[in-house]
Amino acid sequence: MAAVMPDHLHDAHHGPTGLMRWITTTNHKDIGTMYLIFSFIMFLSGGVMALTIRAELFQPGLQVVQPEFFNQLTTMHGLVMVFGAIMPAFVGFANWQIPLMIGASDMAFARMNNWSFWLLPVAAVLLIGSFFVPGGATAAGWTLYAPLSVQMGMGMDMAIFAIHIMGVSSIMGAINIVVTILNMRAPGMTMMKMPLFCWTWLITAYLLIAVMPVLAGAVTMVLTDRHFGTSFFSAAGGGDPVMYQHIFWFFGHPEVYIMILPAFGIVSQIIPTFARKPLFGYASMVYATSSIAILSFSVWAHHMFTTGMPAVGQLFFMYATMLIAVPTGVKVFNWIATMWRGSLTFETPMLWAVGFIFVFTMGGFTGLICAIAPIDIQVQDTYYVVAHFHYVLVAGSLFALFAGAYYWLPKWTGHMPDERIGKLHFWCSIVFFNITFFPMHFLGLAGMPRRIPDYALQFADFNMMASIGAFGFGLSQLIFLVAVVKCVRGGEKAAARSWEGAEGLEWTVPSPAPHHTFEEAPVFK
Amino acid sequence: MDGGWDMSLAGRHAVAASLVFASPAVLAQSRYNLQSPVTGVAAQIYDMHTLMLLICLVIFIAVFGVMFWAVFKHRKSQGAVAANFHENTSVEIAWTVIPVFILLGMAWPATKTVLEMKDTRDPDITIKATGYQWKWGYDYLQGEGQGIRLVSNLSTPRTQMDGQAAKGEHYLIEVDKPVVVPVGKKIRVLTTASDVIHSWWVPAFGVKQDAIPGFIRDAWFRADKEGIYRGNCAELCGRDHGYMPIEVHVVSPQAYSQWVAEQQAAMAAAAGDSTREWALAELVERGEKVFAANCVACHQADGKGLPPAFPPLDGAAIVRGDPKAQIDVVLKGRPGTPMAAFGALLSDADIAAVITYTRNTWSNKTGEAIQPSQIAAAKGN
Repeated sequence: MAAVMPDHLHDAHHGPTGLMRWITTTNHKDIGTMYLIFSFIMFLSGGVMALTIRAELFQPGLQVVQPEFFNQLTTMHGLVMVFGAIMPAFVGFANWQIPLMIGASDMAFARMNNWSFWLLPVAAVLLIGSFFVPGGATAAGWTLYAPLSVQMGMGMDMAIFAIHIMGVSSIMGAINIVVTILNMRAPGMTMMKMPLFCWTWLITAYLLIAVMPVLAGAVTMVLTDRHFGTSFFSAAGGGDPVMYQHIFWFFGHPEVYIMILPAFGIVSQIIPTFARKPLFGYASMVYATSSIAILSFSVWAHHMFTTGMPAVGQLFFMYATMLIAVPTGVKVFNWIATMWRGSLTFETPMLWAVGFIFVFTMGGFTGLICAIAPIDIQVQDTYYVVAHFHYVLVAGSLFALFAGAYYWLPKWTGHMPDERIGKLHFWCSIVFFNITFFPMHFLGLAGMPRRIPDYALQFADFNMMASIGAFGFGLSQLIFLVAVVKCVRGGEKAAARSWEGAEGLEWTVPSPAPHHTFEEAPVFK
Repeated sequence: MDGGWDMSLAGRHAVAASLVFASPAVLAQSRYNLQSPVTGVAAQIYDMHTLMLLICLVIFIAVFGVMFWAVFKHRKSQGAVAANFHENTSVEIAWTVIPVFILLGMAWPATKTVLEMKDTRDPDITIKATGYQWKWGYDYLQGEGQGIRLVSNLSTPRTQMDGQAAKGEHYLIEVDKPVVVPVGKKIRVLTTASDVIHSWWVPAFGVKQDAIPGFIRDAWFRADKEGIYRGNCAELCGRDHGYMPIEVHVVSPQAYSQWVAEQQAAMAAAAGDSTREWALAELVERGEKVFAANCVACHQADGKGLPPAFPPLDGAAIVRGDPKAQIDVVLKGRPGTPMAAFGALLSDADIAAVITYTRNTWSNKTGEAIQPSQIAAAKGN
């Protein structure tokens, strides 16, 4: 067992207080909380950018922003949401829950844990600050395709350094999670008895370690093309612009699963709790998750069907991509089989989890349609793709994050979240989400390209609808803030086992979880 | 109308007639679905998408039928007591294997279409489409019309975008010089770009091919129906990515031959422009038009630019100083910036005119007339 000695083993109150407590903390619960707060702030920042985009697209013509700034907004919305909101939020869940779920006293590398969090605000300041430098933020799209990204101003350099820093943070976080899970499980908890959330995070952590350096390499090559006369991505110097896309998507596609596998894990914890029935097909869930992770390394070029690959290349990546539907389908079937003949109740976390299955599956269907290379060539870089990835990233990752937050809030705060507020949040979110993103399928099919500040007149109705939905969706997220603040301040006292059907070690410690838990390793089963 | 995408006259009448009988269906087709295909490949894509949608719909109904049955019937409040099963090998094998067969059924037609899309052999006409920030250039390389060269700019006036004028029917999807091709012929499109990656996309043809600087890619289409078909640049290419549409006129073989003759006559006339001597006023007048079509998006109508990305021309040293330096920049561009190399894009007369214009407008008053012969000489160096 790794010997982790917290700075203040016996009493939480012996350490520094005030701000210094948070800056110097090595406690996984404190760090988890900071990750979650950070990601929510970034979520709101990225949301403001999205709403500015939707305000501009409310009707044809240029009303709110100019094209250059519009492109900065679409780019930064993507970067902030991916690297600032979704990824850190899942790391926050990992920090809070993995030690509690496997019966460990803390994360394996407690000081490194502190460092991996505190890198993030630095990266965020660089990223958001780039709006205020001459030339503004990078406007090359979140994919930062060369040679467009070579043309950008110094905002691009700031984004590159921000990505470097966030990558370092992610890799350290991932190493920490791998080591914690492999070495610090309670006696009796074999790998195949581990909660599924830990499994999905273990696999995600390996993906992170594998691909974050790839992204760092890609953006570093852009950096040297920009300033040091190299020609990695310029044909004039013997390079190739398409090589950037290969490298980027070799990172980018596993990244998609980095953002969804932990969501699968959260949902797999919640559904059995509220079905009062064990998870159906635990082993096949583990194998399906692993298959998705392995396949994710061989499908990257399905993002590049329009670059003009040879037919054999298109066919290989099409078949490989279609194959991912199989393990993903297995997961959905397993969740539904878990609900089947259960004793279901629909408290807020369960609503979010069922909403997740329903809407995420729609994103899965459009994903399958996009996998078909000829159809993808029609819808590539249109609003259809925008609709598709928001169905899997918002209705997928984000909804699962909300499900997890409502599920574990009692453990974190000691109070039950207000059911009325939570349900209001859910119903507003799912209705406005669909008003926002469903019409985008039609826009894309009818021929509206993405990343344009203005559009032809036949797209006006659905854009107006999407914009109205977006403002509804954005405002609905403030309900979550109310729910969390209310839950922190008070409310019905939560029992150690806060939900009737909840299973697992985290429900054996009191609510709220004391500052230090499992100083003596529990015996599992 | 059909939501804005233009059709031939016959097509319009057909739509008008069918509107009377089946208006929801027609509206549904243009607003909720892929555009009406006019090539064999696009039709295959259209049908494949419909098939996929139906398969997904069936799966959707089956899967969520089961889920919502559980949601409504297996509730604790309905007195449901939880069963305790948690695995079933045969069911698990079934729902792994059956999807594989469904996928095989989907992959078969898709494979055939991929192979057909990639078969660019034996074209009747070959056209090179070059992406520039932010316009398309076309060179007819082979077949009838060989040697024709045109540059296609957005023709929607700025005032419509700013809301100072009412928006026209083809707002943002109209150009000054469209691509013209004959109906029923195999047209091979070679794509490339001069600065960043663009993408040449005409939805009704089922063609979307990235245009990559320094490389040539190809695609093809054979339009079965005369008409005007519109598309956009599909790859983010900077500031005015949303303002470089594609307009293809598919015409009868006779109309095409006539268009080719007109283009060739116009090119012969333009060749004369580059050799004669021009007066200052004449150059400024022409230069203003060239500036409006090519330069205004970045350097702005008042010549102040949008610093720092797009520098001002008004009062700029390079515009007021030695014309050789300015000619050099306009001809060769500034690598690593959006400033394109216009040497291959505009005629000598146009380049001379636009340079003369910038040197004699706003507060720039050099009084110099730059002649097309000077441009030709600079190119020779």
